[in-house]
Amino acid sequence: MSEMTYRDALNLALREEMRRDPAMVVFGEDVALYEGSFKVTRGLLAEFGEERIKDTPISENTIIGMAVGAAMGGLRPVVELMTVNFALLAMDQLINHMAKIRSMFGGQTYLPMVVRMPGGGGSQLAAQHSQSLESYFMHCPGMRIAYPATPADAKGLLKSAIRDNNPVVFLEHELLYNSKGEVPDDPEFLAPFGRANVVRAGADVTIVAYARMTVLALQAAGELEKEGISCEVIDLRTLNPLDAETFIASARKTGRAVVVEECWRSAGLGGDLAHRIHEACFDSLLAPVKRVAGLDVPMPYSREIEKLCIPRVETIVSAVRDVLAASV
Amino acid sequence: METKLRAILSDHELVRLYEQMALSREFEEACAEQYTKGHITGFLHLYSGQEAVAVGATAALHKDDYILSAYREHAQAIVRGAEPKRVMAELFGKATGLCKGKGGSMHLFSPDLNFMGGYAIVGGQLPIACGLAFSAKYRQEDRITACFFGDGAVNQGTFHESLNWARLWELPVLFVCENNFYGIGTEVHRSSALPTVHKRTCGYDIPSEKVDGMDVIAVFKAVKYAVEKVRETGRPQFLEAITYRFRGHSMADPAKYRSAAEHEIWKARDPLPNYARRLLAEGLATEQELEAIRQRCGAIVQEAVTFAEASPWPGEQAVWEDIYV
Repeated sequence: MSEMTYRDALNLALREEMRRDPAMVVFGEDVALYEGSFKVTRGLLAEFGEERIKDTPISENTIIGMAVGAAMGGLRPVVELMTVNFALLAMDQLINHMAKIRSMFGGQTYLPMVVRMPGGGGSQLAAQHSQSLESYFMHCPGMRIAYPATPADAKGLLKSAIRDNNPVVFLEHELLYNSKGEVPDDPEFLAPFGRANVVRAGADVTIVAYARMTVLALQAAGELEKEGISCEVIDLRTLNPLDAETFIASARKTGRAVVVEECWRSAGLGGDLAHRIHEACFDSLLAPVKRVAGLDVPMPYSREIEKLCIPRVETIVSAVRDVLAASV
Repeated sequence: METKLRAILSDHELVRLYEQMALSREFEEACAEQYTKGHITGFLHLYSGQEAVAVGATAALHKDDYILSAYREHAQAIVRGAEPKRVMAELFGKATGLCKGKGGSMHLFSPDLNFMGGYAIVGGQLPIACGLAFSAKYRQEDRITACFFGDGAVNQGTFHESLNWARLWELPVLFVCENNFYGIGTEVHRSSALPTVHKRTCGYDIPSEKVDGMDVIAVFKAVKYAVEKVRETGRPQFLEAITYRFRGHSMADPAKYRSAAEHEIWKARDPLPNYARRLLAEGLATEQELEAIRQRCGAIVQEAVTFAEASPWPGEQAVWEDIYV
């Protein structure tokens, strides 16, 4: 094990997989000479050269389409959009093409490609650069979605994503890049898709989260422990495939659940997760499932009001208290 | 004075061009009939009138070259070698279809033939064509990618992004715009500030030519030249083939936006009889031989319809198949 940042863990995953597979190429906005807007691709151009690490024009839709074609032609492209917000310019290639091609062509081809996109709010980047679009992708079948919470998962999930023969949307949280953690050194260490982690065991309430929300949920659980409240925290790790079994089993055990999502509440993924718990655990639940979500507003710039729009430790703590107070 | 056909291709190849156009026409007209009978449903865009483009171009490409097209692509697939019966079965939605009934008319695909798909978002195939060309270049394969699209695609962002990218990365792509003058019902000059499509590539420093898309030999020669240029330079080339669809945009379109007079002018330029006359004039075939070809093509298409009718529907389990690996 080595301690490293989420950013360095992603960088190491890219390097290890580049060394392993000569069919892997990396291209995207400012990934080569500039070494990535968030420096995730630092040093790749120097190690692998300009044939394999390539800067592209700012043409998001075509970045994805290029990757689709390259994957169809037998390469293993890993592309980066500067932030997930720009995926909205590429939704045609992501949704109409990447996610459809295998099915609509009767399974005659597959697309081993990864689309890396930093995202999430909390950096005062205002309305156009602070979005959490995971529900948009989760709504669409035909692609996998990973969103790591820890440096270990950042490495392990990215390596799994690269080796996966399905197209993978790989989300990275901008506020987690500098977070540190222990990461296995084994170059064959892979984090499995479709298997949620019970990152903290507990008895009174289940908190379901992903990515930065998992970090906040763990902090909330720490605070609640001081009050004698025992929280079980589930980190989803991948949103497709979704490991519903793990959080359903946990909710059945504790009888209470809080679902935390960074995206907007309306039609957000938390509604789907909460519904799955209600449907599967109706008889075991002691209270309705509570959702903690981003507010349904375009993100404001000012620090003092931006923070109100994103789930925080205190909003999770408060939701847990509410769900414990309620009873059926 | 036109060049003698024998100076361009062998007798056999020249007759084969006619046969492929005849097969395409027979196939499309049979599709129209089957649509009317309710055997083909959904959208159906027919290629009648444009045959010289697919046939002339495919003849000038290597078997290893990739081909992509839009949603008016039955002929492109069949000329490339897809079995008419499996294409017809796909249109019927049957399990024996080229894509197991998952794609239908607009999404034919046959990687064994390097036919890399029919795409139904206007302009959506251009970035994918560039990606395929990049993969071939990266792996140092001697193959180019030919990407067909209509005049409607030239105002999409993907058109401009892909042309820019193909030139920037020096990708071996041949872009072929099949200009049939109408994006559904909107004529080119009503949608494009510069309706002469081939002139638009100057912004991307891509050489381009215009060719008579109703003349199979002209298309063959233009594509052959362009493809040689792509192979020689490793850079993209662009062709605008001027053509005309004899039917509406789709079967749902009676094409009332076109005048009968315009239609008659283009009907007189029908690529099949015009090419037949040249074959006859140069003694490459007799009228009886051409009639026999048409009969044979008719029989192949009839057989395809029979096969499609007799084929089973996809089973319920197919709903969940072939989505993920």
